[in-house]
Amino acid sequence: MPSMLHLSLPISLLGAWAVFARNFLVWRRLFWPALVMNFGEPALYLLGLGLGLGHFIGEMDGVSYLAFLASGIIASSAMNTASFEGMYSVYTRMGPQKTYDAMLATPLRVQDIVLGEMLWCAAKAVFSAGGIFIVALALGLLTSPSALWVLPAAMLIGLAFAGPAMMMSALARNYDFFNYYVVLVLTPMLLVSGVFYPIDSLPAGLRPWVDLLPLPHAVELTRGIVLEAALTRPWVNILVLSLYALFGFYSAAWLIRRRLLE
Amino acid sequence: MDSAIKNDSPAVLARGLCKSFQHPTLGTTLAVDHIDLCVPRGICFGLLGSNGAGKTTTLRMLLGLMPPTSGTLELLGLPMPAAECQVRAKLGIVPQADNLDPDLSVEQNLRVYASFFGVARHGLDTRIDQLLRFAHLTDRRAHRVESLSGGMKRRLTLARALINAPELLVLDEPTTGLDPQARHILWSRLEELKAQGTTLLLTTHYMDEAERLCDELVVMDHGRVLDQGSPQALIARHVEPWVIEIRFAAHLETHFAPLSALGKLERHGSSLFLYTHERKLALPQIERLAAVQPTPPVLLQRPAGLEDVFLRLTGRDLREDA
Repeated sequence: MPSMLHLSLPISLLGAWAVFARNFLVWRRLFWPALVMNFGEPALYLLGLGLGLGHFIGEMDGVSYLAFLASGIIASSAMNTASFEGMYSVYTRMGPQKTYDAMLATPLRVQDIVLGEMLWCAAKAVFSAGGIFIVALALGLLTSPSALWVLPAAMLIGLAFAGPAMMMSALARNYDFFNYYVVLVLTPMLLVSGVFYPIDSLPAGLRPWVDLLPLPHAVELTRGIVLEAALTRPWVNILVLSLYALFGFYSAAWLIRRRLLE
Repeated sequence: MDSAIKNDSPAVLARGLCKSFQHPTLGTTLAVDHIDLCVPRGICFGLLGSNGAGKTTTLRMLLGLMPPTSGTLELLGLPMPAAECQVRAKLGIVPQADNLDPDLSVEQNLRVYASFFGVARHGLDTRIDQLLRFAHLTDRRAHRVESLSGGMKRRLTLARALINAPELLVLDEPTTGLDPQARHILWSRLEELKAQGTTLLLTTHYMDEAERLCDELVVMDHGRVLDQGSPQALIARHVEPWVIEIRFAAHLETHFAPLSALGKLERHGSSLFLYTHERKLALPQIERLAAVQPTPPVLLQRPAGLEDVFLRLTGRDLREDA
């Protein structure tokens, strides 16, 4: 039996880059529908909830509700984009399209493909975060260039969520399987992670557990950057997200290897 | 010279190769059972067998896509699966199932595949032009893959497998599912490659394909190699040179039994087959026996072929479970 965690997996960065470039080439053709999905939808949420609910709520945590929401939705949008790419698109390439089978007939190895796909998921997360960034800029919510740090943050958030999503793809037998992950994991996480209301308002007993999840750390990071508030514990946030990215990479590589090569 | 020594090593060298699978209800099954293979360079080598004989499993192990349960394996002088990346850089693979990239055009399929091999951009345009011409796809270069016919897709898959100028080209059932014309075009492409010195390794369950293309082949059944040799050598070794088929006469076996004196009389499917060295003696005798039947059966005679070898070696008709 191969050991579960081969931490010394050899990786070809050129190979991972080739996988990334293949996805980019395909995506260029699908640019406009991708733009509507990644930019339009979160923008509608932001305007609808931010202005609509914001009218009743007024301020939250000392800022306008629109600004509060925008700074959180950047994180959740990065999460959703990376997760959906890591599930539906990756599964399509791994299963029905047999793209990975074709790749594995070349010097590419499973870990090169997984790294390339994770980077691609992260790039799409940056793209969708960038969309909200522009909307927020247009609404006058951003004042300092330091808010641009939210884009590399979105990249890290994308990496953190791409791995677990690809693990789901490796385990899935059909597209319906992803409903479990969306309804049982992503949606509950979205609701407790401080996107729509501050985490402080959660019951005290719940908070330490919520702190183990990746999304609250993602939200803390993007909110701190966008609102130019003091980042309370940026290194903890970065560490937690990085651990999720690493765990996801090794686990997804192991599971996909088991699915395709055993 | 190190490289000269390496080029002398066989394309494939397998010793005692085994693959077993754990099955929840059937227990352990041996898909490949102690196979020895030696494929010299520069020839076309065939793995012949019906579906489930272990051909594809053997191929997957050769390509490093499945770890062997036991045995040793070298490809192009390099140990597998230890040197899988190095080996696959020198391999071209034409899989059984179409896995062309449907999101890309014909030309992009070649270009993107080249990037997976790290093929240098310099000279790539020329190479792609050559391969498109070779595959008769020049006028389709901007088309999407879905718009291609089955034969075109297979030729594109072949062109894609050649993008890295492989030393060994591996083809899994290359013409399964193609119409006769498309098969002939593909065969001519493979013969051209062979003439250029590319080593070909193919699996097939088509006897005409194996007889036409293969210099040497192994016959596989139930995960074992039953025999190895050139098509002519296998025919000479295992069957009499002539076959006379007495069509739809399986129920008349006792009536034709006296023919056993002239060769081997066997029943396969609905026909009787006489395998014989004495064609000239046998024919008049068969005609006499046939003539007394109320509806005389149809007689067909032909030189023995690989299909007869396969029947003799495995004891069953290839078409029964193909």
